[in-house]
Amino acid sequence: MIDTIIGHYNYWVVILLMMAGFYTVINRGNLIKKIAGLNIFQTSVFLLYISIGYVNEGTTPIIAEGFTRYANPLPHVLILTAIVVGVSTTALGLALVVRIKRAYGTIEEDEIHDKDMSL
Amino acid sequence: MLDTFIDITLLAFLTITAIAIIKVRDLFVVIMLFSIFSLHSAGLFVVMDAADVAFTEAAVGAGISTVLMLATLALTKDHDEKRPAHKARLPLLVVLITGAALVYGTYDIPSFGDPDAPAQAHVKPYYIEQSMRETGVPNTVTAVLASYRGYDTLGEVTVIFTAGIGVMLLIGGRLTRKRDKEDDR
Repeated sequence: MIDTIIGHYNYWVVILLMMAGFYTVINRGNLIKKIAGLNIFQTSVFLLYISIGYVNEGTTPIIAEGFTRYANPLPHVLILTAIVVGVSTTALGLALVVRIKRAYGTIEEDEIHDKDMSL
Repeated sequence: MLDTFIDITLLAFLTITAIAIIKVRDLFVVIMLFSIFSLHSAGLFVVMDAADVAFTEAAVGAGISTVLMLATLALTKDHDEKRPAHKARLPLLVVLITGAALVYGTYDIPSFGDPDAPAQAHVKPYYIEQSMRETGVPNTVTAVLASYRGYDTLGEVTVIFTAGIGVMLLIGGRLTRKRDKEDDR
């Protein structure tokens, strides 16, 4: 039981963070806040991947004399790519928010919906 | 031991920041808290031996994302979030069920930092042992990113280019600006 907790607390806290982001995305009506939530979700997924690549007593995967045990470099490479793709999607999402503000005059989801209905 | 202590502290900070982001309604504060969240996760990446990821997260996540969000806030001039009109019960239920399913899934993942985990066994030893000889780069992450998977990294540039074009078409184009002016009249 104790072993399970010590071996998994990292994953559980990361899942808690993920769910905090998810909750922000589905419950909050403000579009900027939704994007902040999406970013939290995304960062938590990065943390999950890096957790899986971690090795006890290991070091950063830079080959040097005197070290034999390294962390897994492959999740690091994946996540480097994902961070850059993530900022691209964030930029695009925020551009959509600006465009919505110009078209509707609001960035609250409920008000946008009301305006759509009143047409 | 110290590693574990820093790990737990940073995870606690991250949790507090995430909850604060849900609670706070001033969007400027939300963006600043998000920046802090990114910086904390960059610290956590360093603890988990992912130096390259930490650099990128600190520069891109805490830096560029925050600037983009602040720019959006400046353009939309809408600083306060309104209270949601509907009840939070259904979203909370969905989130709890998803979270429970994910936690159930973690029981199949080997313990944190287990050197015998399948993730550490398959192709990792090859890259660790051979990348220095084959590419001459001591940093294995750089070797994989720029040499073994160089074309993928080139493809990533296409993604950024596409996103850039998308942003330009949405808010920067001459046509959009002209149409907005006509709307104002």
